[in-house]
Amino acid sequence: MLKVKDLHAEINGKEILKGINLEVKPGEVHAIMGPNGSGKSTLSMVLAGNPAYTPTGGSVEFYGKDLLAMPPEVRSHEGVFLGFQYPVEIPGVSMVNFMRAAVNAKRAYFNQPPMSATDFLKMMREKRAVVELDNKLASRSVNEGFSGGEKKRNEIFQMAVLEPKLSILDETDSGLDIDALRIVAEGVNKLKTEKNATIVITHYQRLLDYIKPDFVHILYKGKIVMTGGPELALELEERGYDWIKQQIDKED
Amino acid sequence: MSALKQYLDLYSEHHDILDAHSAEAINSRRCEAFQKLSEMTLPKAGSENYENCDPEGLLAPDYGLNIAKLDIDVNPAASFHCDVPRLSSAPFMVINDTFSCSSESLSRLPEGVEAGSIRQLADENPDLFNQYYGNAASLDNPFVALDTLLVQDGFYLRVRKGVKVEKPLQLVNILQNGMPLMAVRRMLIIIEENAEAKLLVCDHTQNPDIDFLSLETIEIFVKENGEFDLYNLEESTAKTHRISSLYLDQEKYSRVVIDGMTLYNGVTRNEYFCNLNGEEADLRLLGMGIEDESRSVSTYSHISHHVPRCKSDELFKFSVDDSARASFTGRIYVAEGAIKTEAYQSNRNLVGSDTARMESKPELEIYNDDVKCSHGSAIGQLDPMEMFYMRTRGLDEATARLLLKQAFMSDIIDGVRIEGLRDRLHNLVERRFAGASSACASCAGCGMKE
Repeated sequence: MLKVKDLHAEINGKEILKGINLEVKPGEVHAIMGPNGSGKSTLSMVLAGNPAYTPTGGSVEFYGKDLLAMPPEVRSHEGVFLGFQYPVEIPGVSMVNFMRAAVNAKRAYFNQPPMSATDFLKMMREKRAVVELDNKLASRSVNEGFSGGEKKRNEIFQMAVLEPKLSILDETDSGLDIDALRIVAEGVNKLKTEKNATIVITHYQRLLDYIKPDFVHILYKGKIVMTGGPELALELEERGYDWIKQQIDKED
Repeated sequence: MSALKQYLDLYSEHHDILDAHSAEAINSRRCEAFQKLSEMTLPKAGSENYENCDPEGLLAPDYGLNIAKLDIDVNPAASFHCDVPRLSSAPFMVINDTFSCSSESLSRLPEGVEAGSIRQLADENPDLFNQYYGNAASLDNPFVALDTLLVQDGFYLRVRKGVKVEKPLQLVNILQNGMPLMAVRRMLIIIEENAEAKLLVCDHTQNPDIDFLSLETIEIFVKENGEFDLYNLEESTAKTHRISSLYLDQEKYSRVVIDGMTLYNGVTRNEYFCNLNGEEADLRLLGMGIEDESRSVSTYSHISHHVPRCKSDELFKFSVDDSARASFTGRIYVAEGAIKTEAYQSNRNLVGSDTARMESKPELEIYNDDVKCSHGSAIGQLDPMEMFYMRTRGLDEATARLLLKQAFMSDIIDGVRIEGLRDRLHNLVERRFAGASSACASCAGCGMKE
C-alpha cells in the first residue's frame, strides 16, 4: 500500500526528515513513537501534503502512484486520511456543510453524482454513532468551541465518513481523558478492516493498550532508528527514550 | 475648478425648476446649503477621514440630473419581485430620485405606520418635517450640503408611539436610465417612543452599461425605548457611484442595528454618523464589502457616546481581490462624563491579491476613565492551516477558499435579525464569491427571485 523510501523533507529551509524508510501493507497497524522534535508530526504532514513542508529527496508510493506529486485533496480521494494532532477550528463553516462538500468532492473525483440529502443525513447518523458524537455538533462550525475530546472524536468521525485506505493519526491521544481515549480508540478499531491500514503516531504506550500495533517504529532525529513489535512500546514506557538517544548519538 | 461649481451654477440658474418639482419645506433649506457649499472646498482625495475616497473625482463628471422630473420610461414595479420570506408583501420604491407611489404598498401599511414620499410629507405635514429634516445631518458635510441643495424627493417612514411592526418593511432604490444620471435622494426615518420596526433597503441598478451617481442622505431618529433595524444591501454595477451619508440619533433605552452590505458595486462611499444621546442606548453597527476587479469602497464611521451607560458594538469586514480597494476609518468618541460607556470596534479584512489594497484606521477618543472600550484591526490572508485542513478532507483549493471566504462574512450576516433574509444573504454571498455576475435587474440575478 505505502512505500516510503529514503524520504527527506524540510520546513523553512530546515531539514527535519533525514531518510525515512517505511512500508505499510493492508490490514496492518503501525505505531510511530519518538521523543519531542524527532519529526513525527512532520512525517504526517508530508504524507498528507501540507504545502508548508517541502520533500527534498526520496519517494513515497501509494498503491504504485507517486503520492508526493498529488495535491492534498487528491491524496484524500485516493484514500489517505490525516487525523490532526490539533484539529483546526473553522469559524463560520458548519460541520454538515463541510462534510457534504468533502463527500461530494470525493464522489466527483470518481465520476459519481452528488449524494442525495436523505442518503447523506442517514450516513452522517450512522458514522456519528461510531464515536458517539453529539448530533448538536453537526450544526456547529467545524471544531469551533469543541472540547479537546470532541475535536478528536470529530477527527475519527470524519475518518469514518471518508473511509480511507490509510489513516495517519497524529497524537490522537493527546489531551484526552481516559473515557474519551477509549471511545476514540474503539472508533478506530471499529473502522479497521483487512483492507485498510493505520499509522498511529503517539508519545505514550497508553493508546497502544487500545489500538494494538503490529509494528512499532522509533523515530529520532528524522530517521526510523528502531523497529519492533508491540513489546518495544512497553520497553519504551518502562525505560524512556534516553537509552535509545544515547545509543544512536554514540553511533553518530 | 472645483467639481462643486457645476452644481452651484445649476442651482443659480435653475432653482425655480428644482423648487417647482419639490415641496416648500424642502426648498427652504437650499439657500443655506448653497451658502455652505460656496464657502467650502472639497476634501482632498485620501485626506483625513476620506481614505480611499476622492470627493472631487466622484462629483466631477456631469452625469445630468432630472430636476424637471421628465418621465423616464420605466415601470420596475411591474417587473420587480422580491420573495425574501417574512417581508411585508409589497416593497416601497424610489426610482432614481423619486418615490414611486405604489398604492398597494401604502394601503397595506399596518396601523400606526406612515411611509411614503418625503416630498409629500414636506407638503402635507411641514411641522413634523421641519422638526426632523436636517436636524441630525450636518451641512458641514459636503455630501449632505449637496444633497440638501439638490434633493427633491425620497422616502420617509414614521412608526408611531408604541407600535410594533412585526413584518420587516422593504424599500427598493432603483437606478434606471438610458443615459448617465445623477440621482439625489433623501431618507427620513422616525421611530417614536416604544415603537419597533425593521427596514430592508435594497439598492439596485438596472442598466449595467450606464454611469450613475447616487447621492443620498439618511436621517434616523429613534426615540426613547424604540427599536430599529436597518439593513442596506447594495447590489449595483461597476458603473454605479454611490455616496451615502447616514445620520442616527438615538435616545435613551433605544436599540438599533445598522448593517450595510456591499455585495456588488462600482465606487462606494458609505458614511455613518451615530449619536448616542440618551442613556443606555444600544447600537450595533455592522458592515461588509466584497470587492474585486477594480471596485472600491470607502467607509467612514463616527460613533459618539455623549451620555453615560450607552453601548456600541461595531464590526466591519472586507474582502478585497484583484485590484480592488477598500478602506475603513472608524472613530469612537466618548464624551467627558459619559461614564460606564461600552464601545467595541472591530475591523477584519481579507486581502487576496498583491494588487488589492485595504486601509484600516481605528480612532478612539475617550474623555473619561470609567469606560470599557476596545478596538481591533486585522488585515490578512486566508489561514493556510485552515486551507490545508479542508484540503486533507478532499476539498480542492478553490472550494476551500470559497467556503472560508463565505465563513469570513458569516458573522455580519448572522447579525441580521430577519430570518428569511439571513438565509438569502448566505446564499447571495456564496454566489458572489463563486463568481456569479451581478445582473441584478429586478433581483433576478441575485437569487431573491426564483
